[in-house]
Amino acid sequence: MALEYYLVLSALLFTIGVIGVLVRRNAIIIFMCIELMLNAANLAFVAISRNLGETNGQVFVFFVMAVAAAEVAIGLAIIVSVFKHRQTINVDEINSLKG
Amino acid sequence: MSKELIIVLLAAPLVGFLINGLFGKWLKGNEKLSGGIGAFAVLVSFVCSIIVFLRLNGGAAPLEAKLYDWIIGDFGDDSFAFNIGFHVDALTAVMLLVITGVGFLIHVYSIGYMHGDEGYTRYFAYLNLFVFAMLILVLGNNYLMMFVGWEGVGLCSYLLIGFWYEKQSATDAGKKAFIVNRIGDFGFLLGMFTLFAAFGTLDFTAIFDAAEADNFQKIFGASTLVIATLLLFVGAIGKSAQIPLYVWLPDAMEGPTPVSALIHAATMVTAGVYMIARSAVLYNIAHTGEIVAWIGVLTAFFAATIALTQNDIKRILAYSTVSQLGYMFVGVGVGAYASGIFHLVTHAFFKGLMFLTAGSVMHAMANELDMRKMGGLKSKMPITHWTFLVGALAIAGFPFLSGFWSKDEILHSAWGSSPLIYVIGLITAFLTAFYMFRLIFVTFYGESRVEPEVASHLHESPSVMWVPLAILAIPSALIGLLLGWGGHDSWFHHFTKSVFPEAHHDASGNVILFMVISSVVGLAGIAFAWTRYSKRAPSDEPTSAIHRLLANKYYIDEAYNALIVQPIKNGSHFLLWKLVDNGIIDGIVNGVAAIVRFIGGLLRRFQTGVVQAYIVSMVLGIVIFLAYYLFFT
Repeated sequence: MALEYYLVLSALLFTIGVIGVLVRRNAIIIFMCIELMLNAANLAFVAISRNLGETNGQVFVFFVMAVAAAEVAIGLAIIVSVFKHRQTINVDEINSLKG
Repeated sequence: MSKELIIVLLAAPLVGFLINGLFGKWLKGNEKLSGGIGAFAVLVSFVCSIIVFLRLNGGAAPLEAKLYDWIIGDFGDDSFAFNIGFHVDALTAVMLLVITGVGFLIHVYSIGYMHGDEGYTRYFAYLNLFVFAMLILVLGNNYLMMFVGWEGVGLCSYLLIGFWYEKQSATDAGKKAFIVNRIGDFGFLLGMFTLFAAFGTLDFTAIFDAAEADNFQKIFGASTLVIATLLLFVGAIGKSAQIPLYVWLPDAMEGPTPVSALIHAATMVTAGVYMIARSAVLYNIAHTGEIVAWIGVLTAFFAATIALTQNDIKRILAYSTVSQLGYMFVGVGVGAYASGIFHLVTHAFFKGLMFLTAGSVMHAMANELDMRKMGGLKSKMPITHWTFLVGALAIAGFPFLSGFWSKDEILHSAWGSSPLIYVIGLITAFLTAFYMFRLIFVTFYGESRVEPEVASHLHESPSVMWVPLAILAIPSALIGLLLGWGGHDSWFHHFTKSVFPEAHHDASGNVILFMVISSVVGLAGIAFAWTRYSKRAPSDEPTSAIHRLLANKYYIDEAYNALIVQPIKNGSHFLLWKLVDNGIIDGIVNGVAAIVRFIGGLLRRFQTGVVQAYIVSMVLGIVIFLAYYLFFT
């Protein structure tokens, strides 16, 4: 199958992720959208790696997954902690850090 | 004569200054020791000065010695070096004797006069520092070193005028003296720059030799020298209290009286005369002496008229000093340098003497200076009276006393230069005799007007004070006769002949006739004072318009205040402070802060605290960035 399909899918997934981050208010949803963006990038890596016939891109995917896992662990911990303090995870209401 | 002798001469007062200045705290309880150190230091200098004088008088060559290079500028062809060095010739020796001789007696007198003063050691420290600076001024072999001494004596003058700094009037007078002198010193500096620009050096001998050489005239012409000598004279006007910068000297009487005697009568104020005499070669070539003489004679006359109506003893003496300094400038101005310096010497003795006697009167009268509250002091203070009388007779030109000889020489020389100067000088001589004897009659003769409680304490001064008076009275009376006998062929003229260029005037006329005229004028002044003041005190209120004008010193202080001081003060207040400082400088600083705050106020609106707003801007930025790279490159 042609590389373009994979890249277009990847771009679509990434765009969905970006829009999700921008428009949703729930921190967990935003988090999921970030994961979506990461995985869109992963998809592009794998597709191009396959296309070029070398493994560098696939190795990068492992790194991205490892970083994503760590990020989820810390990110969820922050969200839990914020919820404990504010009883909400709506990002519109968490705006005390302003000029 | 050796370098070492001069170094000892110079170092003694410096050591005295350091001892009294650094260890004054421990010397405070012991006035005899503190004052003794001060006086002894000057005595050492005096002895050295006598040795210097005897060597020179014995035919020794003038000493020209370099100690070390002070400032070296190495610029290839334009290199220069200013050194610390001595030039000791007959003129220097005369000045040395006056400074250290009169200085020593005044130090001794001060031991008694300053008794019990809070700042006893500080006083002697300043006084020794002054002698040191004055010696530098006369010993230096270049204008720069002279300038160092010049500024040094100015500093000491300031410190000693404002010695009683708790008194507002004293600190004001100190500041006035310092600021007015600064104007003159500025002229002196510019004069030095001019000389340096023309000659590339400031050494006396080098400049004088070059100025006399024909090629200098060809290259620069005399105009450079005209400018230089006039600028130097501005310095002399400031330091020697001539019109228009004389105003500081009468106010300087706020200082202790021995200071007035030493600094503001005998030595420092004559520095200008010394400077011109030292630069005689330049003044002769530039022909600027006439201006000097005219300023001098006008000052002499002007100050003498003011002295006529004053009632404060020290102020009369101060105006008299201004007037006599004017005579000295007439002398050096008309080219009779030796006569000018001769008058400097005699004046140092009799005016120093009169100031010290005035101090003695003050001492007895609980610091009273207004002679309307005196009268009849002769019987209570016989020594003070007699010594003052000697001084007054000397200054009035009484035949065969000091002032008679020196003043007569100057007037005689002035006649050869300009009869008008002679006439004004003669009138001034009359006024001088009049106001001096007005002072004597009102203070020492007639009815006693002393307040009863002061009268009960009235006493002759202690021996430490009257002995210097008595010693000073002898040269005041006789030095003119000893040094000046024979007019232009006198011993003094022979001694200083090697220093001064040939006078370009010819002393014409009958010497005896001039002497007779001077004596008659002086005696007439004394007689006139006798008729008016032997029985009665001066009236409290001015009796006529002229009297009021004189009593208010021609309103010169008021005029300076209105024309110079107030405009500067107002300019400083409104222009410099309110406009420049508060408006422009503070305005710039505060303006920068205000702009930063304003921009910050705009920018802080972007900082909403809503995370997603930040993300939107970030995404937008990335999109724009990518779009630029994808589509436009």
